[in-house]
Amino acid sequence: MPVTETEAVRLENVSYSADGQQILKQVTGSFPEGRITTLVGPSGAGKTSLFRLINGLRATTSGNIYVQEKPIEVYNPVELRRKVGVALQSATMINGSVFENLSLPLKLQGKELAQDEALDLLDLVGLKRDSIQQNIKDLSGGQRQKLSIARTLVNRPDVLLLDEITASLDRVSQQDIEELIIRINQNYGTTIVWITHNLQQAISLGDYTWVMIEGEVVETGDSSLLNNPSNEQVKRFVKGENA
Amino acid sequence: MNYLTLSLALIFVIIPLLLSKVLRLELEKDTIIAAIRSIIQLLAVGYLLQYVFDAENMLYILLMIVLMIAAATQNARRKGRSIQGITWKLILTFVVVEVLTQGILLGLSITPPTPQYIIPISGMIIGNSMVLSILFLNRFTAEVEDHEDETELILSLGGTPKQAIHRQLITSIKASTIPTIESQKTIGLVQLPGMMSGQIIAGADPVQAVQFQLLILFLILTTAVVTSILLGYMSYPTLFNERMQLVKSRMRE
Ligand SMILES: Nc1ncnc2c1ncn2[C@@H]1O[C@H](COP(=O)(O)OP(=O)(O)O)[C@@H](O)[C@H]1O
Ligand SMILES: [Mg+2]
Repeated sequence: MPVTETEAVRLENVSYSADGQQILKQVTGSFPEGRITTLVGPSGAGKTSLFRLINGLRATTSGNIYVQEKPIEVYNPVELRRKVGVALQSATMINGSVFENLSLPLKLQGKELAQDEALDLLDLVGLKRDSIQQNIKDLSGGQRQKLSIARTLVNRPDVLLLDEITASLDRVSQQDIEELIIRINQNYGTTIVWITHNLQQAISLGDYTWVMIEGEVVETGDSSLLNNPSNEQVKRFVKGENA
Repeated sequence: MNYLTLSLALIFVIIPLLLSKVLRLELEKDTIIAAIRSIIQLLAVGYLLQYVFDAENMLYILLMIVLMIAAATQNARRKGRSIQGITWKLILTFVVVEVLTQGILLGLSITPPTPQYIIPISGMIIGNSMVLSILFLNRFTAEVEDHEDETELILSLGGTPKQAIHRQLITSIKASTIPTIESQKTIGLVQLPGMMSGQIIAGADPVQAVQFQLLILFLILTTAVVTSILLGYMSYPTLFNERMQLVKSRMRE
């Protein structure tokens, strides 16, 4: 990737171990500001773990992470986590209604989310307006994903980490979410890092792509690299995914 | 009652032993151990109390209370091994509860400052505080583990550790104190409290026994709530590090 671009997030030799198992090995690279970088790789490659490190939920074992050119340790953790929003694959909800989940990020700051703002957010992610008082127990997996994205957006993060958010969506919803993320990226200049299992999505949406295998970043570059990988491991992975 | 009549009471140990033998319940060994232990332990306590009462020395009273707190801590800490510094947190909890209750009892002259009052009441307070600590720690460690996803979610959205653990903390405080509160609602209807029964058997006027029992019940109410809250607010910060990250290995032992 061109060196002239500003780096929203930069990783330097980041390693991470948990329970005696090495999960990430010497990860180095960056996510350019205002761009969409897609992150692909087999299950267990360490993609989700990488997000946890960048959002500050876990500490690196060694190496450094920079957000907007400052080491993440410089930020107050609360500030860092609002700046670098994450929507995890599990789309965890707190007990209660759609509105309670949507307003959670503001409630944590002692503020209230206005009703019409909440409705706008539901529109944005393609959830019905009258679902606002629905209990989250009655939501489908796809609806939870949409709500999870909307909730992460409430903090207006500069960097948005999205973990397989379209995996449980039908085709139409998937397209809606893809369009939404592109719109957020273009309208607000939000830096997007998007983990996906869908290689077609990784190519079409990503300006850049990272391929991770067994805790290592094996290839990075323009997302079209997935059409013609040079690295043997990546070739095998792409072949397996397309099979 | 004398030792001769007490030895007749051993019939009540022989009955379960025989039944266990006949029905092959294999409870003989535990029954014998339980009987012997209760005889030795209670007699020892009885003689010790007699000695302390006769000596009328405040230092002995203090020593007894220290022993009670040490034993209670030893018992409860096993349930909270996953919480850093649990031993000191328990000791502090027991000391606070003891000082608070005795301070009010003695300070307002509700009970006289004699070992006959201080020691048994302290025993009940510390014993109850210990049970509450165990109930709380069991529940809290389970809640934290079961709701780790929610804790992580709140942290990831920029919540503080306190916000991230608040629901689990409140649930555990409530769950551990509710049995104490509930049991007091039906007290006297089904079963007379042990202490009150003992006093009545020993010849006390029932109404006076009731008054004393009420005092104890209210003391236990305070003990329960204060124990859970103190222990809870001292425990939750140890689950996080200074970067507001959940330190998982501590809960998972
Ligand atoms: N807290 C943890 N403790 C131990 N191992 C973990 C933990 N979290 C993840 N792992 C392991 O780390 C590896 C990478 O997991 P993950 O980051 O979820 O990969 P991906 O998102 O690429 O599927 C897996 O082998 C997983 O079992
Ligand atoms: Mg994952």
